Amino acid sequence: MSNNILEMRGITKTFPGVKALSDVTIEVARGEIHAICGENGAGKSTLMKVLSGVYPHGSYEGDIVFEGETVAFRDLSDSEAKGIVIIHQELALSPYLSIAENIFLNNEVTSRTGLIDWNKTNHEARTLLARVGLRDNPMTPIRQLGVGKQQLVEIAKALSKQVKLLILDEPTAALNDEDSDHLLDLILHLKGQGITSIIISHKLNEIKKIADSVTVIRDGKTIETMQRQDVSEERIIKDMVGRDLEHRYPDHEPHIGEELLRVEDWTAHHPQDSSRVVVDNVSLNVRAGEIVGIAGLMGAGRTEFAMSLFGHSYGSRISGKVFKRGKEIKTRTVAEAIQNGIAYATEDRKTYGLNLIEDIKRNISMASLRKLERWGLVHDNEEYKVADDFRKSMNIKAPNVLVKTGKLSGGNQQKVVLSKWIYSDPDVLILDEPTRGIDVGAKYEIYTIINRLAAEGKGIIVISSELPELLGISDRIYAISEGRITGELPIEEATPEAVLTLMTMERPR
Amino acid sequence: MSEPTTPTPTESQAVGGNVNPADNKFTAWLSHVLADLGKNGIFIALIAVVVLFSFTTNGILLRPQNISNLIVQNGYILVLAIGMVMVIIAGHIDLSVGSVAAFVGACSGVFAVHWGLPWWLSIALSLLIGALVGVWQGFWIAFVGIPAFIVTLAGMLIFRGLALVVLGNANIGSFPAEYRALGNGFLTNVFGEFEIDPLTLAIGGLAIVLLVIQQLRSRRGRVKYGQEVEPAAWFIVKLVLVSAAIAFFAYSLASYKGIPVTLIVLAALVLIYGIVMSRTVFGRHIYAIGGNRHAAELSGIKTRRVDFWLFVNMGTLAALAGLIFTARLNLAGPKAGDGFELEAISAAFIGGAAVQGGVGTIGGAIIGGLIIGVLNNGMSIMGIGIEWQQAVKGLVLLLAVAFDVYNKRRSGRS
Repeated sequence: MSNNILEMRGITKTFPGVKALSDVTIEVARGEIHAICGENGAGKSTLMKVLSGVYPHGSYEGDIVFEGETVAFRDLSDSEAKGIVIIHQELALSPYLSIAENIFLNNEVTSRTGLIDWNKTNHEARTLLARVGLRDNPMTPIRQLGVGKQQLVEIAKALSKQVKLLILDEPTAALNDEDSDHLLDLILHLKGQGITSIIISHKLNEIKKIADSVTVIRDGKTIETMQRQDVSEERIIKDMVGRDLEHRYPDHEPHIGEELLRVEDWTAHHPQDSSRVVVDNVSLNVRAGEIVGIAGLMGAGRTEFAMSLFGHSYGSRISGKVFKRGKEIKTRTVAEAIQNGIAYATEDRKTYGLNLIEDIKRNISMASLRKLERWGLVHDNEEYKVADDFRKSMNIKAPNVLVKTGKLSGGNQQKVVLSKWIYSDPDVLILDEPTRGIDVGAKYEIYTIINRLAAEGKGIIVISSELPELLGISDRIYAISEGRITGELPIEEATPEAVLTLMTMERPR
Repeated sequence: MSEPTTPTPTESQAVGGNVNPADNKFTAWLSHVLADLGKNGIFIALIAVVVLFSFTTNGILLRPQNISNLIVQNGYILVLAIGMVMVIIAGHIDLSVGSVAAFVGACSGVFAVHWGLPWWLSIALSLLIGALVGVWQGFWIAFVGIPAFIVTLAGMLIFRGLALVVLGNANIGSFPAEYRALGNGFLTNVFGEFEIDPLTLAIGGLAIVLLVIQQLRSRRGRVKYGQEVEPAAWFIVKLVLVSAAIAFFAYSLASYKGIPVTLIVLAALVLIYGIVMSRTVFGRHIYAIGGNRHAAELSGIKTRRVDFWLFVNMGTLAALAGLIFTARLNLAGPKAGDGFELEAISAAFIGGAAVQGGVGTIGGAIIGGLIIGVLNNGMSIMGIGIEWQQAVKGLVLLLAVAFDVYNKRRSGRS
C-alpha cells in the first residue's frame, strides 16, 4: 500500500456545454496538509464535489483511490462513511439548533429505546468541542456564535464522524485574522493527530504557512504539484494565472472621453447591524469609453458597494454623493437609478438577475417595459422584434426568443442579462462578476460585448474576483479591501502582484 | 406557454434541401397541434368533463336551462378566481375572500334595505368597502411585510366576525329588484317576446365576428414582424371550433331566458383583466414579481406598490362576488361566502397557476372554475351526495396540480 491516502486519477467532468475538469490527477499523502489553489471557476470546487460524492460515481470519468481501494461514492453519506468530510465555504449549520444538535445532525446519539439521549449527546459534544478548542456550552444556539466559532463547530462535527480526510473549502474567507490563525493552528494540531487535510484557499500566505504540498488547478487542468520546499507565492501566482494571458482577451483600444459618473464618500452599513460599516468612504469615477475594474477579495464590499449605489438595494444608513456628468443625481430607488442611466448586472444571475420561468423576450424587456407601451398596452410584437434583434446581435444561442431563460447555458443567460440592461439604455453599466460560471468561449464573447459598449461611449465598471480577467480588460483598476478603496492603478502599472498587494491591504489597527 | 421547436419556413428550406416538403409540412403541422393540445390541456379537461357528465346525466347538463344555471351559480366563484389567480401569480394567497364577500354582502343589506339607499349607490358603496378591506390587507402585506397567508388568515376571522356584527344576529332580505338583477337578472325580451331571443343570438354573433377579427389581426401583426405563426389550416380549424362553441352557447341562452346579467359582468371582467394581465405593464410586473421577486426589484419594478394594488383589487372583486351572491339569494346571511376562498383557489390551481407564483392566466382560472362548476352541477343532477362531491373535487384538484408538476418536470429535463 502506497503512502498516499488519496489518489484521484484522470478525473474528467463535463456539464452541458462546459468541460469543468479535464484529466485532473492529484495525490495526497497520508497525514499531510495539501493545498489546492486556483482562480475562481478553475474547477477546485467541482473536483471536491466529485471526491465527496455530490457528483456520484458514473457522472465523471477517472478513478478515485482512497486508502488503497478504488471507491465509487453514490452520495455524500457514502464518502462520509469512509471518513471523507467536506466543510463548505457557506457553512451548513442550522442557526436555531444548538451546537450539540448541529454536531450530531443526521448522526444522532440514541439510547436503546431509539430516542435521543440528550445527556450523552451534550457530553460527547463537549468532548468534541474541547478538541477544537471551544469552551462554549453545547446547548448554545448556533446563531449566537460568530462565524469563526461556527467554523470550529463544523470541524467538531467532522471529528464526530471519525474523519480521516478533512476538506476545507476557503475556510478563512469570512474570518478575521485572529480566528484565521486559530483555525490554521487547529488544522496543524489535527495533523498531529493523524488527520489529513485538503485546504482550498486563495490566501497564499496561509498556504505557505501550513501546506506540505500544493496543487495548482487552472481551467479544469492540474498545472503542477509542488512540495513544501519548492512553494513560493510567485510560482503559485504564475501557475494560477497562466502564461497565455494575452490571447484570452480581445483587443481593446480605449477612446476615453468626459467623466460620466463620479461617486464621492460613499458609505453603507450592514442592513441588520447598522453600526457595522461595510462600504467605507468609497470614491471613484468612470469616464466615457472607459472600462474600470474593481478588484477585491470575497467579502471586501465590492458587491455591497455596487448594490447600495444602485437604488440602495443593499445596506442601511447610506451616505455619499453621486454625480453624473458633473451634476449631482440621486439613486435612492432602482427606478431612479435606471432613469439616471445606471445599470447593474448582478453577480448572481439566477437569484437576482433573471426570471428563469419566463422566456428570453420578457426578461430582456423587464427593466424597460414603459418603452414598449402604446396607449397603455405593451406592444408585444415590437417587444418580440427588440428581443430578436438582441438575440442576433448578442449571439444568444436559442432557436427563438420564446425559450425560457432557465433552459439556457450560463453564458447565454448572461447575454440575456446584458441585453436587458443595454436595452434600458444606460450611460454607465456596473457588471458584477460578468463571467462567473461561464466557459472560456462565452467569456471571450462577453469581453467583446463589454469592449463594444465602451467603444459606444458608455462607462463600464467591472467587478471581478478573477484578477487576470480584470487585468485583461480594464483601462484602470481600483482595489478594494475591507470596504475601503486601497488604491487606484492605471493598467500599465497594474501587475498581478501590485493589485494583490492592494487587495489584501489591511486597515491600520 | 409552449416552446415551438419546429423550424421556421426559411430555416427548414435552408436545411432540408432533400427532405420531402410535404412530409416536413405535415410534421410541422402535427407538432403545432400537439403543442397546442399540451398548452390547452386544461381546456381539453373541461371538454372531457362536460362530455362525461352529458352522458351520465342523459344530456340534462347541456340543456339550455342548465347551461344558464351553470353560469349564474358559479358567477361569484369565477369573479373571485380572477382576482385570486392574480394574487397567486404574484406569489401570494388570499384566504379572506369568502369572509370579505359575506361582510360586504351584509353591508350592502344595510345600505339597500335598512337605509333604503338607491341600488346603484348601495352597490358603489359596497365596492368601496371591498376596496378599503383591500387597502387594509395590502398595507400589512406590502408595506409591513407580513406574509399574505397570515394577513388574510387573520382577515378571514376579522371580516367573518364583522359580517356577524353588521347583521346583528339576523338575516337581511328583500333587496330592490335592480340590485337582485346582478345575481339572477336576464337581458331578455328587449325586442319583444320570442321563442328564441334575437338579442342574445345577435350578441353571440357579434362575439364570433369580433373574435375572428381580433385573431386575424393578431396573426397578421405577427407575420408582419417576422414571427412564426401556426399553419393556416390549424388556425382555421381552431377558429371554427371555438366559434361553434360560442354559437351553441348563445343559442342555448337564447332559447332559455337570454343573457344573464352575471354573465355580462363576468365577460367584461374577463376581457378587461385578460388584457391587464397579458398586455399592460402592471400585468407584466405581476408575472415578473412572481417569477423572481429579487430580479424584479433589481429591474426597477416597485414590488411593494404592485403587491398593494393587487390586494386592493382582490378586495374589490371579493366585494363584487359578495354582491352577486347576496343578490342571487336575495338575502344577506351569516353563512354567505363560506368556503368561497377554497373554490377560488382551487379554480386558479386547476387552471394552471403555480404554487411558487409566476405562472397562471385569467383564462385558465376561469376554465378551472368552470370545471369545478360542471363537477358540482353534474354530480348534483346525478344525485350524488354532497359528501362525495367534496371528495371528488379534492381529488380533481390534487390530480390537476400533480399533472402540472409532472409536465413541468418533463419539460424541464428536455
